[in-house]
Amino acid sequence: MSDRGEPRPVGRPARVRVTSPHTERPRRGPRPTVASEIDAQSELGEIYLAALLRAQLRLAVSTVSVLGLTIGALPVLFWLVPGLTSHHVLGMPVSWVVLAFGCYPVLVLLAWRYVRSAERNEREFTQVVERW
Amino acid sequence: MNIAYGIGAVAVVTVATLVIGTWGLRFSRTTSDFFVASRSVRPGLNAWAISGEYLSGASFLGVAGLVLAYGGEMLWYPVGWTAGYLVLLALVAAPLRRSGAYTLPDFAEARLDSRVVRTLSSVLVVAIGWLYLMPQFRGAGVALRSATGMAPWAGGAVVAGVVLANVLAGGMRSITFVQAFQYWLKLTALLVPLMFLLVVWLHDGGTSPAASSTVVGGASGFDWANPLDVAGDHPLYTTYSLMVATFLGTMGLPHVVVRYYTNPDGRAARQTTLVVLALLGLFYVLPPVYGALGRLYAPDLVSRGATDSVVLELPQRMVGGVGGDVLTALLTGGAFAAFLATSSGLTVAVAGVISQDVVSRRFEGVTSFRISAAVAVAVPLAMALVARDVSVATVVGLAFAMAAATFCPLLVLGIWWRGLTAAGAFAGLVLGGGLTGFAVVDRLVVGRDSGWFAALVAQPAAWAVPASVLTMVIVSRLTRHRVPAHVGRFMVRLHTPEAVQLDRS
Repeated sequence: MSDRGEPRPVGRPARVRVTSPHTERPRRGPRPTVASEIDAQSELGEIYLAALLRAQLRLAVSTVSVLGLTIGALPVLFWLVPGLTSHHVLGMPVSWVVLAFGCYPVLVLLAWRYVRSAERNEREFTQVVERW
Repeated sequence: MNIAYGIGAVAVVTVATLVIGTWGLRFSRTTSDFFVASRSVRPGLNAWAISGEYLSGASFLGVAGLVLAYGGEMLWYPVGWTAGYLVLLALVAAPLRRSGAYTLPDFAEARLDSRVVRTLSSVLVVAIGWLYLMPQFRGAGVALRSATGMAPWAGGAVVAGVVLANVLAGGMRSITFVQAFQYWLKLTALLVPLMFLLVVWLHDGGTSPAASSTVVGGASGFDWANPLDVAGDHPLYTTYSLMVATFLGTMGLPHVVVRYYTNPDGRAARQTTLVVLALLGLFYVLPPVYGALGRLYAPDLVSRGATDSVVLELPQRMVGGVGGDVLTALLTGGAFAAFLATSSGLTVAVAGVISQDVVSRRFEGVTSFRISAAVAVAVPLAMALVARDVSVATVVGLAFAMAAATFCPLLVLGIWWRGLTAAGAFAGLVLGGGLTGFAVVDRLVVGRDSGWFAALVAQPAAWAVPASVLTMVIVSRLTRHRVPAHVGRFMVRLHTPEAVQLDRS
């Protein structure tokens, strides 16, 4: 509310300007950012960092698990299904073709997926930190 | 064959390496340049360099020889050597770069605030580095003898000399360009002759090397092609233990780790690793094909125990004439580049550690690095000259197992678990290094044939790695009051993206 240029009505008490105590004097320095909270290792900073760490660790564990469940499962598969060695593709046994040629695209695909997700986690973290 | 071609190829690779190394020298001026190329190598170039450095003689010649001799079970080696980068990518690549340390001992000290763990890490880096360098020099001797007629000791000495000259001249920066060049040289040297060989094979009727009728060294095509060593006592244990060693050992190899510090930031470290995986996958498709063709065209190498030279022999036998000589020369050049690249990387890594922890007390900066490089090369060369006959892949495999049982737990727990203490890391490193060190000595000196104990010692990773991890965790829990005070700040530095403005001191 402004009292600029308004004539005071006769017989009524003078208006008192009501302000929030916060605006009485300028705040000391800028509001703390998430980055400074993290720097100060405050509880808040720890929470943000822990969230990032958890997301990245979950992603890393899931990537390594998928590796274990795909390529890591091959020895057991070859052990249980010896027929993969007697059946031929391109002149070589299926098991051979899978191992010698098929593993590498899977590895690159897993790596690509990991990099994309890890960068997304970091981008989201950066956005949160900077927006605040 | 005409050995002039082989000598010519070795000379060309040597000159090209030295020229590129000297050209790189124009950019190398500071100590930081020497150690880690001032951390300004972009991901594409860095990935070429990492792949060029990683693909050693064991990959270029050894895999094909092993596949020829033992068959499908040996395909796990290249798969494991590639998959190790996926594990490295997922668990350590970006945080390792962000840790801001030069070497593995630097990381250990920064994370755990302990001089003792630092010293132990330095000893392990040098041990793993020399264990890996020694077979490189030996393998170079064997390969160059078959291609150029040099005395066995001369090949190793030539490789050692060229590596030393290069490292002395430019350190890491010039090594980056040299190794990037050597990746493409190795790929071309393996790919181009293979095209010709496959045409010859198709022209000859394209018989399957895995046909049951193809019997070499008493093994039918079926037994040979089997990806599990079903004739052995413990095929599943051996395969899984090899997997553990190669999947987890890659991140602990000193020459691999030192290259991560040359990335500009953590994000670049990830991009680099992704490209490395693609480059390695491209390369590792090729050697097994040489091994398979060797079964058809060079079966006598198996009975002569000379399977390591199958890659160099095939062009002579399948193409012959001048064409065969030229292709052999190309392969010889590639093999020589393989020995050079890996030895250079290991020398830089080992020299970095020796320089920082031993020599720098007496000498300064670049001088200290150069003295250390000379020591780093001389010792494994001497070991290679006096050691008894050991296969390249065996020793390299043990180096992987040792790295997996020591630095893998240190890195993974150090990066992801705040609770790791110096005492825990020390206990784990001693136990992991001790167990695998015992396996190394047992394998190289005693040698066992059969039984569970032999299988356990031949592939120690499957039990040594869990033992090391458990020891680190248990001892850390027991000494939890000694978790370093700054660990929270260190975690912040490891895991926050560079885009966030933080105090990274």
